[in-house]
Amino acid sequence: MKITALVDIVTFIAVSVAIYFTFIFAPLEAQMGSVQKIFYFHVASAWISFFAFFVTFVCSFFVLFTNKYIFDDIASSSAEIGIIFCTIVLITGPIWAKPIWGTWWTWDPRLTTTLILWFIYVGYLMLRKFLDEEDKKAKFSAALGIIGFIDVPIVFFSIRWWRTIHPNVLQQGGGGLAPDMLKALLVSIFAFTMLYITLMIKTATVKHLFRRYEKITSDR
Amino acid sequence: MKKYFITVYNIVEKDLLLELKSKEVVVSMLLFSLLVVIVFSFIFEPGAEYKNDLVGGILWMAFIFSGVLGLNKSMLNETTGGNLNALLLAPVDRSAVFFGKVVSNFFFLAVMEAITIPIFMIFYNINIFGHSVLSAVVILMGTYGFSVLGTLFSLISVKTKTREVMLPLLLLPLIIPIILAGIQCLNIYIKNGDITESYKWLKLIGVFDVIFTAVIFAIFDYIVEE
Repeated sequence: MKITALVDIVTFIAVSVAIYFTFIFAPLEAQMGSVQKIFYFHVASAWISFFAFFVTFVCSFFVLFTNKYIFDDIASSSAEIGIIFCTIVLITGPIWAKPIWGTWWTWDPRLTTTLILWFIYVGYLMLRKFLDEEDKKAKFSAALGIIGFIDVPIVFFSIRWWRTIHPNVLQQGGGGLAPDMLKALLVSIFAFTMLYITLMIKTATVKHLFRRYEKITSDR
Repeated sequence: MKKYFITVYNIVEKDLLLELKSKEVVVSMLLFSLLVVIVFSFIFEPGAEYKNDLVGGILWMAFIFSGVLGLNKSMLNETTGGNLNALLLAPVDRSAVFFGKVVSNFFFLAVMEAITIPIFMIFYNINIFGHSVLSAVVILMGTYGFSVLGTLFSLISVKTKTREVMLPLLLLPLIIPIILAGIQCLNIYIKNGDITESYKWLKLIGVFDVIFTAVIFAIFDYIVEE
């Protein structure tokens, strides 16, 4: 019974509670109806993907300055998890937007930035696939992890200015959340964070073990 | 400090001499950018009024696409015969070698643009400098930002198994601010818009250039250390 097992159990409970809060506890939204339920997973996934890429960003510095492969394992695991949640954001968003805004997609700053973020980190994973040497893989992807993350706010501001020139025809709802909805959202965010930590521990452990295995077999 | 700039100068000199002999990079980029200009002209009816909305974008697409081609060629020249590894082993600042490549790539791109623009202006019957000479400033600043990130990622992508395929996949999402700001600026100048509107876009490109020059300057030595 180690800490990882404890994390697994907490994650399982948190996700179960989040599902209860989303579908039963949170009130039905007056105008949007049941479509609004997707919001709890959408926002939580968005938070996790940004957080995951931030972890990649920080670990990339450690890769460059300390040369320890464990940081590369964490950075790449985090990017992989981030891509999954970013994909969830990009899929759940349009599913919600079609009935509410009447369109699958709009070139809103947040939507566009998320899409570009997705492309940057898919590039990150592809780059890792196509580099053979461990050392280059770690260093080069760290460079992309740092530059990609710094680029995101610049992309966001440029697209926001672009959109103010062409005014958005779609009215964006939002604003005040009912207290019970806010509770459900917070529970959902907590559950997703736990899910992130669980996935992170597992992916990074597998990578670490694989690296050890490679080392042992190459030493023979 | 002086030694740093001498290294940069030596790299640039080497690249320019090589390019004057072979002319591979500039000529291939130039032909490609002209082809983009011509192919994109089929988007609209000859003499259509709305062409002014689109030409700024077409010019930037010509620069970006042919730039990707040229950056790859320029870096492949460097890797044949292990020249790049030798340069990075030399007892000089590694980032000086890098910025030497950035300056020579910038120079190649600028030459390509200087020839493309007049031909573009004839074909599309438009004067991008008519309203303001700031058009040239935008293009040069954008080209610099493109060559800083482009040189780094061409160096990274030539080391991959797929070689030149990786460069556009990594570079294009990252340089979206430059493409967007560059197109917005050119649109303002071409359509005789309010010049003060374009200052914030110029600032954006400036910030982009400064941030990435500083970041790469800080981390480059760690990226390539063996």
